[in-house]
Amino acid sequence: MTKILEHLEEATIRFAGDSGDGMQLVGTQFSETAGFAGNEVNTFPDYPSEIRAPEGTLYGVSAFQVHFGTRNIHTSGDFIDVLVAMNASSLKVNLTNLRKGGIIIANTEGFDAHNLALAKYETNPLEDETLNGYEVHSLNITRELKSSLKEVGVSSKLIAKIKNIFALGITYWLFHRSMEPTANWINKKFKGKDDVILANVSALHAGWNYAERDEHFRKQYVIDRSPLPPGRYRNITGNEAIALGLVVAARKANLPLFLGSYPITPATDILHSISGYKKYGVKHLQAEDEIAGICSAIGAAFGGSLAATTTSGPGLSLKTEAMGLAVITELPLIVVDVQRAGPSTGIPTKTEQGDLLMGMFSRHGEAPMPILAASGSGDCFDITLEAARIALKYMTPVLILSDGYIGQASEPWKIPSVNSIPEIKAYFTTDPSNFAPYKRDEQTLRRQWAVPGFEGMEHRIGGLEKEDGSGNVSSDSINHEKMVRLRQEKIERIANDIPDAVVEGEQEGDLLLISWGSTYGAAKTAFERLKEKGTPVSFVHLRYMNPFPKNLASILDRFQRVVIPELNMGQLKLLIQAKYLKPVIGIHKVQGKPFKSVELEEKLDNLLTQKVELV
Amino acid sequence: MKTAIDEILEKPHEGNLIYTAKDFKPNVDVRWCAGCGAISVLSPSQRLMPELGIPKEKIVYVSGIGCSGRFPYYMDTYGFHSIHGRALGIASGLKIARPDLSVWVVTGDGDNMSIGGNHFIHACRRNVDLNIMMFNNEVYSLTKGQYSPTSHRGQITKSSPLGALDDPFNPVSLALGAGATFVARGHDKDRNQLQQLLKRAHEHKGVSFVEIYTNCRIFNDGAFDLYTNAETRDNHTIFLEHGKPLVFGKTKNKGIILDGYTPKVVNLDQGDHSVSDLLIHNEKDSTLAFILANMTYSEDLPRPMGVLQAIHRTPYEERVVNQIQHEITTKGEGDLQGLLAGESNWLV
Repeated sequence: MTKILEHLEEATIRFAGDSGDGMQLVGTQFSETAGFAGNEVNTFPDYPSEIRAPEGTLYGVSAFQVHFGTRNIHTSGDFIDVLVAMNASSLKVNLTNLRKGGIIIANTEGFDAHNLALAKYETNPLEDETLNGYEVHSLNITRELKSSLKEVGVSSKLIAKIKNIFALGITYWLFHRSMEPTANWINKKFKGKDDVILANVSALHAGWNYAERDEHFRKQYVIDRSPLPPGRYRNITGNEAIALGLVVAARKANLPLFLGSYPITPATDILHSISGYKKYGVKHLQAEDEIAGICSAIGAAFGGSLAATTTSGPGLSLKTEAMGLAVITELPLIVVDVQRAGPSTGIPTKTEQGDLLMGMFSRHGEAPMPILAASGSGDCFDITLEAARIALKYMTPVLILSDGYIGQASEPWKIPSVNSIPEIKAYFTTDPSNFAPYKRDEQTLRRQWAVPGFEGMEHRIGGLEKEDGSGNVSSDSINHEKMVRLRQEKIERIANDIPDAVVEGEQEGDLLLISWGSTYGAAKTAFERLKEKGTPVSFVHLRYMNPFPKNLASILDRFQRVVIPELNMGQLKLLIQAKYLKPVIGIHKVQGKPFKSVELEEKLDNLLTQKVELV
Repeated sequence: MKTAIDEILEKPHEGNLIYTAKDFKPNVDVRWCAGCGAISVLSPSQRLMPELGIPKEKIVYVSGIGCSGRFPYYMDTYGFHSIHGRALGIASGLKIARPDLSVWVVTGDGDNMSIGGNHFIHACRRNVDLNIMMFNNEVYSLTKGQYSPTSHRGQITKSSPLGALDDPFNPVSLALGAGATFVARGHDKDRNQLQQLLKRAHEHKGVSFVEIYTNCRIFNDGAFDLYTNAETRDNHTIFLEHGKPLVFGKTKNKGIILDGYTPKVVNLDQGDHSVSDLLIHNEKDSTLAFILANMTYSEDLPRPMGVLQAIHRTPYEERVVNQIQHEITTKGEGDLQGLLAGESNWLV
């Protein structure tokens, strides 16, 4: 029978099933293959906090979403075009997000009476009217695998493990994808286990052939290559990018790297990566708690390492006292917070932007430190290099804000050439005759840095207030105020050393949209769509949260209204209003999920058409 | 992989390497109270340093909060006065990053047993080569007199006017239980003995824990008199020496035997027992170390002083270096460009 080929600009596919169904694996493979095919890709792994939640339950659904297309893929996709549902629960929790007319590929094995009851379906949605208006493909994957792999001779035990690969094969047919990258990956992954390789590769082809044969699969979709800048690309998550950024930053600064960390979702992947980098000379300590994590990093910084600690919200709460110590001892330190839904334990696996104000204000006393926020997975690499540059140039701890979304989501990343990355300078003082620990560089106010082992510069630092210059302990009131002002001024001067904020769209006018951190993708997409429609809106994205870019004040002055979408109750809004006395309209979402661009587009549309009051 | 730090550190020491105690006295006033036990630890430390034969820029004192926390300011070496309970975290990171340094930790019974307790047990377990001096005065002094985790039950303090209800930690037992490889106890009234213990701590590769009884004249005066005063200490303490029988008493007339696993005092001048019956101290025997440590709060037994245990396990920072070396030897030095390229990538 003839199949129809249809060209699309973009599509979103979501693989959903139990935690043990291998959905993260096939999602990752699908996104890699889309990358190989030259598409722009953005992914969203979405899994429960439980490691192996009870099978078939609504709360145990694990999913991996891939948004891919020819251009402007800044988010993981607002709505699902194709849903692979391995059981009834995974259909139920994802159906509301499926586009009308979308495609469902359902494994009927997960729709027996037991599974339906767990999903709280009274009748089988594959057989009643629930899915009217969708294109539904129901099949029993085990049965199909058994019949198509008869000649290969695969054990029932192995068949149960390759059902996800069969489903992946179907989706490769659907999007007219090459199976080669995944076949190569299988060969590498199971090297030496020929039976497993054969079973997996056969399952992949069996899935493809099933769709090719089945008369209900009538259309294949083609998504053209993106006009990406030429170069070598890979997929990267934000967490991987931070780990790489730390290693490269240390090399560029010609310093040893030390990571002191404690496992916490969703930041642990950074620790996982770094702990495997021994042949790059990296040292790490999995400490006994969050506090020891940062303290060991402070100790290593005192000894002349580029030191970092990585965590998420609850861990940042525990680290605050030590961050204050790093502020007063003026040691270079990188603190990474991969934010998650709070307060307290909150929803560990879900994303939020709730820690900006904690980053600004949680330390007791006047304890300013620079804050940088990554705008996407790949940007986590650049922001880490920048954090290292600022930490060493200004002798200060620097906070990097990432979040659960960009930390775990992947996107194609143009692999930089190590040689083209600029050197980072560490400013050691090696001349004892001119040394005093709190003597400062006039321009940056950076204090002098001599580390143990440097002869003739033995000195003591610590958490007690220091006398300006000498660094001796001092409780003198005038000196204290001077030191507080110096530490503040030092951070403020960083504004002279960072790029201006860039306004996209009209340079002045009615409405300015400001995003920060991971809201970049949704905000940028909403802005582009509105611009295409000819709507007058301008856009600024902020990566520097403290200090803000110098030109931000003048930008704000040029617009009547400012709107800031945030995955919190208005934290950047508060900072902007307080600093610039400019009223801000907030758009808030605290559902553990990133913004959909369409949500922002609608809200902005409303603001533009009806002059809505401040939220 | 050589870094900027290595290049600076490779430069040979230029100054004189023959020091005197004076070289370790910085030009600052010591601000502890007159008669404070901590002062008695300062001079043995300053006297010990020239004996170590290492350049003074390689020595670092790290402290937490409490009266003990001031110690680094009084040693003319590198120093870091950190925050409450966290000296071991900072010192661990420093020593792991810089195994070439001699790292000393100065802490107290509040700093190390209470707020820093978790770091303490993990430092013991991990066996980073740190020399921990814990000043035990059985009271919180810098906060002006509350009971501490080593205060005894019934102790009257500002926060226990009717008597403390808690039972104390026995610091040496805690250290042994947590896996410390070197465990010792000394006190502020015998500076020479203390200096010897600190020297042993320095020589030991791995974590060294030295509990030091330091009298607080203001908030817990006389707490250790029985064990430290010249008139009473011989009858109430026993100084442990490797390979030697456990003899004590003013006239060396008493000794310790083991009855099952229970230590008992016997008299040597009544004809029932001779020195050859006595328990022989063995620093390498960790079972014995537990038994000796447990004599601490007994009313019938002398309090053990000296080195309770000194056993060898590879220090943590050495394992870190070995693991890196092993990786580099077997896989070759990491190629950064290859790391960035990842396992799969594609050309656009």
